[in-house]
Amino acid sequence: MSTSSSLHELTAAELADLLARKEVSAREALDAVYARVEEVEEDLHSFVLLTRETAERQAAEVDEARAKGEPLPPLAGVPIALKDIYCTKGIPTTCCSRILEGFVPPYDADVIERCRAHRLVFVGKTNMDEFAMGSSTENSAFGPTRNPWDLDRVPGGSSGGSAAAVAASETVLAMGTDTGGSIRQPASLCGVVGLKPTYGRVSRYGVIAYASSLDQVGPITKDVRDCALLLGALAGHDPRDSTSLPDPPPNYTRALTGEIKGLRVGLVKEFMEYQGVGVAPEVAEAVKAAIARFEELGAVCREVSLPHLNYSIPVYYILAPAEASSNLARYDGVQYGYRSADADGIIEMYRNTRNEGFGAEVKRRIMLGTYTLSAGYYDAYYLKAAQVRTLIRRDFDAAFEDCDVLVGPVSPTVAFRLGEKADDPVQMYLSDVCTIPVNLGGLPGMSIPCGFSPDGLPIGLQLVGPPLAEETLLRAAHAFEQSGQFHRRRAVPVRQRKGRRSAVVREG
Amino acid sequence: MAEYAANIGLEVHAELSTKTKVFCGCLTAAGAPPNTQVCPVCLGFPGSLPVLNRAVVDYALRVVLAFNCEVSRPSIFERKGYYYPDLPKNFQISQKRAPLGRSGYVEFPVDGEMHRVRIADIHIEEDAAKLTHPEDDRAHSLVDFNRAGMPLLEIVSEPDMHSPSQVEGYMNAIRSALLYLGVSEARMEQGQLRFEASVSVRPADRAELGIRVEIKNLNSFRAVLGAVKYEIARQTKAVQAGETILQETRLWDDLHEVTAPMRTKETAMDYRYFPEPDLMPLVVDDEWIARVRAELPELAGRRRERLVREYALSDYDAGILTAEKALADLFEAAVSRGAPAKPAANWLTGRFLYLLNERNLTAADAALSPEALAEVVELVESNTISGPAARQVFDRIAFSGESAKKVVAELGLTQISDQDELGTTIDEVIAEHGDAAENYRKGKESALKFLVGQVMRKTRGRANPKLATELLEKKLKAD
Ligand SMILES: [Zn+2]
Repeated sequence: MSTSSSLHELTAAELADLLARKEVSAREALDAVYARVEEVEEDLHSFVLLTRETAERQAAEVDEARAKGEPLPPLAGVPIALKDIYCTKGIPTTCCSRILEGFVPPYDADVIERCRAHRLVFVGKTNMDEFAMGSSTENSAFGPTRNPWDLDRVPGGSSGGSAAAVAASETVLAMGTDTGGSIRQPASLCGVVGLKPTYGRVSRYGVIAYASSLDQVGPITKDVRDCALLLGALAGHDPRDSTSLPDPPPNYTRALTGEIKGLRVGLVKEFMEYQGVGVAPEVAEAVKAAIARFEELGAVCREVSLPHLNYSIPVYYILAPAEASSNLARYDGVQYGYRSADADGIIEMYRNTRNEGFGAEVKRRIMLGTYTLSAGYYDAYYLKAAQVRTLIRRDFDAAFEDCDVLVGPVSPTVAFRLGEKADDPVQMYLSDVCTIPVNLGGLPGMSIPCGFSPDGLPIGLQLVGPPLAEETLLRAAHAFEQSGQFHRRRAVPVRQRKGRRSAVVREG
Repeated sequence: MAEYAANIGLEVHAELSTKTKVFCGCLTAAGAPPNTQVCPVCLGFPGSLPVLNRAVVDYALRVVLAFNCEVSRPSIFERKGYYYPDLPKNFQISQKRAPLGRSGYVEFPVDGEMHRVRIADIHIEEDAAKLTHPEDDRAHSLVDFNRAGMPLLEIVSEPDMHSPSQVEGYMNAIRSALLYLGVSEARMEQGQLRFEASVSVRPADRAELGIRVEIKNLNSFRAVLGAVKYEIARQTKAVQAGETILQETRLWDDLHEVTAPMRTKETAMDYRYFPEPDLMPLVVDDEWIARVRAELPELAGRRRERLVREYALSDYDAGILTAEKALADLFEAAVSRGAPAKPAANWLTGRFLYLLNERNLTAADAALSPEALAEVVELVESNTISGPAARQVFDRIAFSGESAKKVVAELGLTQISDQDELGTTIDEVIAEHGDAAENYRKGKESALKFLVGQVMRKTRGRANPKLATELLEKKLKAD
């Protein structure tokens, strides 16, 4: 299987093994990945920037070091795609916003430093909803990314480019960020594995902020082992992030024992329906089948209720825009990025720069946040939302007294069509109903493939654990994954010569 | 006509003298070229995050404890949002609802009586960048981010001052405390100490405060006092005329010595405060408080009492010495090097302060070393140099930092106390001024003074005047 033409399809663990045994070179793996990019990128648009020069240099350095017999980290030479939200020294970073046009960060984010230290090879910067605000990647200033399983559908968002790139084997590994579901929801919609770590597990230093108290960086990978490997590379204390957790991270791959006998699994009632409306039948069915599978594997499953989760959406849409309105205040045309050419005086420069530089969804959230933080409204909105957030956390605490892992769907539906929800922000917001509570709780959450709709679209299962229970999630996810075949399916995005676009699915 | 009383409150912004900035590791040293002490954090670059400098909390705690405040536990950092090009993130990290310290007080003497001003709130915040507007390029302004992220302490008083002299006493007490605590250099001219005042007037027999007017752009003690006086007069006159005082912010105009309303647009600010999500709540535990309390230096009031007790100084002299920490430090250091207390104190409260005032400097700016001061005192006491010579020496060492002995040697100022050497000069003087000598012999006492003066002139002040007088008398009577 290790012909260089199919190297891009390998998992990171498989590729790392071949690299370590010098059966292939980092350069060959990179070439395979770029060949794949060339093949499908025109249809998918996963990337907003290919960093070919950097990648070739990094691959060459790894190959050289290996030839000299220098000790290398396990993932050395493995290609990775980076969401365009991390500051990368010398490489443009835009958050897919016009307002950061031309911005070249003078420093690396902590996670980028770690990637460099692990000798990963940077394929490129991936597409995303502008400033990570969205659930479909349609809010990118560079145009949308398409779902590799069906080119008429969205890949989810905001880390849609990263999820699509992994699903289409345009990269081996990818990284995303998750503020309200931005790793898990696109992973679910693209049929790959995504993990949002415990808040504070991975440093936010150098990650362009959307909502600081919710943002977290995490891996998007082809399977659970890769997820454990990449999380191990990214996690750890960073004194430059005051919210970074001091606990040293464990060796996550050791958690992949396949053994989950006696694991207490809780199916969250509020994940299955919101305001009396249940999730799509095929999603409900896949989740129930997953519960049955967990029982077969020896887990003990029950239904649990966390009543305050019903307030997650309003709480999130008060807190996140409030923080965003402040975090995005710095984009004013003074120091970096886009500046309106047409302005007379400082106030007009601010106004025109921000008006021309931000997209509609970003403006909507800035206005929401500015409003709720205004004098006279603070107590009724921000303060109240912060209080309800505490109640949501308590619900989780109570549930974790009886459960090791909570499960449910990631998204109430499979991937929707491009444009389907673009004009209805509330419908779009509802697609994160199952993922948002996990961010509000600061908890680790994971999406793994658990089935396909009759149309062949992937469905994700969400696993949620108490703080720092990433190992439990990975162990459960790995046991589930290894008991089935979902993770072996690969999307093959091709345009049909005639008629409407569709996707072909094949067993890998 | 009814009597009116004023209530004045002050907000003091003091730049703390920690080695690095409040939320990043950039240096705070003054005088660096523009935009050289900067990093992604204090430039507010995308993705950057603040990390609280522990030393800033240490410094702030000293002030909080010295001013008898309660410590908020936890205290919370918040974002204060407004758009201005000197604010790299367009919000300032500050504290609002849970400041580090609150409900304290400061006491200081005014006209011989102690006055107490309650402190409402002491909090930590970051400074903004410095804007300059070049004369020759009206289209641009220049931003120096070296100042962005410098640690500031804001001390907010209750409106417990009622007269300009109380305001002056309060400002002196705050400045003195900051220097004694070693937390700020408190130099007004470098913007290390900035003020905002609030003034209201009310009928003297009514407790309820009048409408509060805030005054900004106060860049010196003089400006604060001028603005307060002006505002009390303006408001009193308005109230007497039955006018309503507007609740507004006014700017002090240093040139015309008046206050004028700020444009309403700028006063109607909504800062949209909310908790800074990038910083954890600051929890100062008992141990931390105990450690800072144990290390608190002696403040001016206590030191003044001690100087009276230990060195038998008058309360007045001790008060002058302790008003500026550097002055009292000089005094004690000179005494510990053997200088007798009284003359050392006299030099400092007399000639030294005169020289400083003349140059508009403070003791901390001068180069006078305690060793040199001790030497001057010793040289005078031992009659090695004359009074006028000592003053000449002192004027030089006060700003050069040289050793007094070295200067005396260099200028050849050693007092002539040798009878033979002086005798020769005296003979010459008597010979040259026969009339005066004759007058003296005839009983005109004032002639002796003239002759002593001539001896001093001839020796360029080096003659020991006492000895010269004795010798002259002896010689004139003997003749
Ligand atoms: Zn800095």
